[in-house]
Amino acid sequence: MIRSKRAVGAVVALSAALALTACSSSGGKDAADSSSAAAAPAAGAAAGPKKTIAMITHAAPGDTFWDRIRKGADAAAAKNNYEVQYSSDPDATKQAQLIQAAIDKKVDGIAVTDPNTPALGDVIKKAIAAGIPVSMFNAGGPDALGLGAIGYFGQGEKDAGIAVGAKAKADGATNIICVNQTQGQQQLVDRCDGVTEGAAGAKVKMIYVNGTDDSAVTTTIQATLTQDKTVDYVVTLGAPIALDAVKAVKAASSSAKIGTFDTNEQLVAAIKDKSVQFAVDQQPYMQGYLSIDSIWWYTTNGNTLGGGQNVATGPAFIDQTNIAAVEKFAANGTR
Amino acid sequence: MTTVTATPTDDRVATRSATATIMGRPEVGALIGAVAVAVLFLLVAPAFRSVGNIGTILYGSSTIGIMAVAVALLMIGGEFDLSAGVAVTTSGLAAAHLAWFFSLNVWVGIVFALVLSLGVGAFNGWLLHVTGLPSFLVTLGTFFVLQGVNLALTRVVAGGVSSNSLNDLDGFDSAKAVFASSFQLGSVEIKVPIIFWAALTVIGAIVLLRTHYGSWIFSAGGDSAAARAVGVPVTGTKIALFMGVGFCAWILGMHNLFNYNNVQSGAGVGNEFIYIISAVIGGCLLTGGYGSVVGATVGSLIFGMTQLGIFYAGWDPDWFKTFLGVMLIAATLVNLYVKRKADAR
Repeated sequence: MIRSKRAVGAVVALSAALALTACSSSGGKDAADSSSAAAAPAAGAAAGPKKTIAMITHAAPGDTFWDRIRKGADAAAAKNNYEVQYSSDPDATKQAQLIQAAIDKKVDGIAVTDPNTPALGDVIKKAIAAGIPVSMFNAGGPDALGLGAIGYFGQGEKDAGIAVGAKAKADGATNIICVNQTQGQQQLVDRCDGVTEGAAGAKVKMIYVNGTDDSAVTTTIQATLTQDKTVDYVVTLGAPIALDAVKAVKAASSSAKIGTFDTNEQLVAAIKDKSVQFAVDQQPYMQGYLSIDSIWWYTTNGNTLGGGQNVATGPAFIDQTNIAAVEKFAANGTR
Repeated sequence: MTTVTATPTDDRVATRSATATIMGRPEVGALIGAVAVAVLFLLVAPAFRSVGNIGTILYGSSTIGIMAVAVALLMIGGEFDLSAGVAVTTSGLAAAHLAWFFSLNVWVGIVFALVLSLGVGAFNGWLLHVTGLPSFLVTLGTFFVLQGVNLALTRVVAGGVSSNSLNDLDGFDSAKAVFASSFQLGSVEIKVPIIFWAALTVIGAIVLLRTHYGSWIFSAGGDSAAARAVGVPVTGTKIALFMGVGFCAWILGMHNLFNYNNVQSGAGVGNEFIYIISAVIGGCLLTGGYGSVVGATVGSLIFGMTQLGIFYAGWDPDWFKTFLGVMLIAATLVNLYVKRKADAR
């Protein structure tokens, strides 16, 4: 008994010691908390009871891109004494139901993405008719102001694609694969079509991958690179996909270069170490921030942003020339 | 409750008490769950209490319930249909592409979609019969085939990821009136799919409980070999059940097409599980031979209430799936408990 008690004591002491040394001196939640506290652009907070804004997007769960949008929206909400209630569904019929529910709830404002105007236009108009200010962002640019939105914040997907295609061509691309991570989304197809147009003269082929499964993305890109050795440029449509492409290019011992749409913290590091050539940035933080802030301006002072035009938040390129400046902000999770 | 016992010497023919009869119904668990969910959201979500919003909740539930009714019947008949989710999209796309590509009256497309949907159902049933494979495998195959066809043909026909608008074609307005209109009932907006849902529930329940065909479904699902031995046409019964799923997929597909003016080719994936979960919450056993159409309808209502209730309450919708999982397990346990209690009497 005594021996076993001693053994227990030794185990307890050992595990306590392990627990102490297990604390990391850097990184983790502590580091993230302290950096994001510094990150939110502060302004004089408005007073009074909180107003509720519904933010309704077509995002599929688990894409880092939308975290930037939500952070921007939260920052604007904190400044304006709003509460942002976020919901999303990639299925247009369900997104329409969410918008209808926001109308039912009589929210004080709606910020919405519109990837499919024939399906969502009616319910967006219904919200506006119910007297709710609606701002639009990210998708639906060509139709936004026509529907009666108070503003639109985003980039033209095809224009961005053309810019990317031209940049890849200038970088020496002759055979490009455009990696589409979600089947059935028009704005992603627009991007690849834009790449084809912008890189006129080079061969461009679109391939589909399952964007919610990193290992499937990596193996699919790798298989494509192994099958066609002449591919010399991989264009991905999202930052996590570009990081998978880096692994795939290495595994296939290919010399293909990588360019991508959108960015995140890890991607900034990848551009810095030159494993990714460039990212075209549509500044999602700004989209989220402005979509909420525009509602505040509209309801408190009757202002609109954009002067009757869409506000372009992109395309802006991040590459070797400006990576140092961007890196600083990316660490905060705001770029 | 007084228990009237007809022949005390033989407990096999003993008359059960009214409580036991009611508690023994498969949909009881779902009803308890529905009341619990309704009370929960009435307490926490102010918008949930507004009468006018009942229309939104019923509509959300109907887009699940239309399919859940057919899926429940199929499950009672002992089979699954994993292609049910994309079959809805296939039906909508078939009507849209045919009518648009050949500039036909949209009703031609609608009839074509009906034939196709019934055909897919019949094919599932026939393949199941010929191969003797589990329906899980057969319909998983159909699921992937349809998903690929949806994406590929939409790209070929419409050059994108959604069907083209049919607004200018003949018959569009009448089709929209049939599949996607709505009317006011007091302050509640009733959309047409709610009517379809209610009608399908009534028809499904009557067929299941009051017809010969209904007892064939139970026996085919309970023990198909025994059912065959006593002369039940098991193969035909099951093929008809799969075609029933196809028919409901057609109704919902037409609603999606005419209400939202186009159909996205990638839509519908994952919904098959929602239909199955609704049926299970409603008291259907995964093994077949037991279940209820009304229960599946209540299961869909729980789904609709939860989905919109979380939103009305302003909770983080990231938790929706977690809540759903808890609901599913709780409903199954309640069903099990109630069934044991009822059987023990």
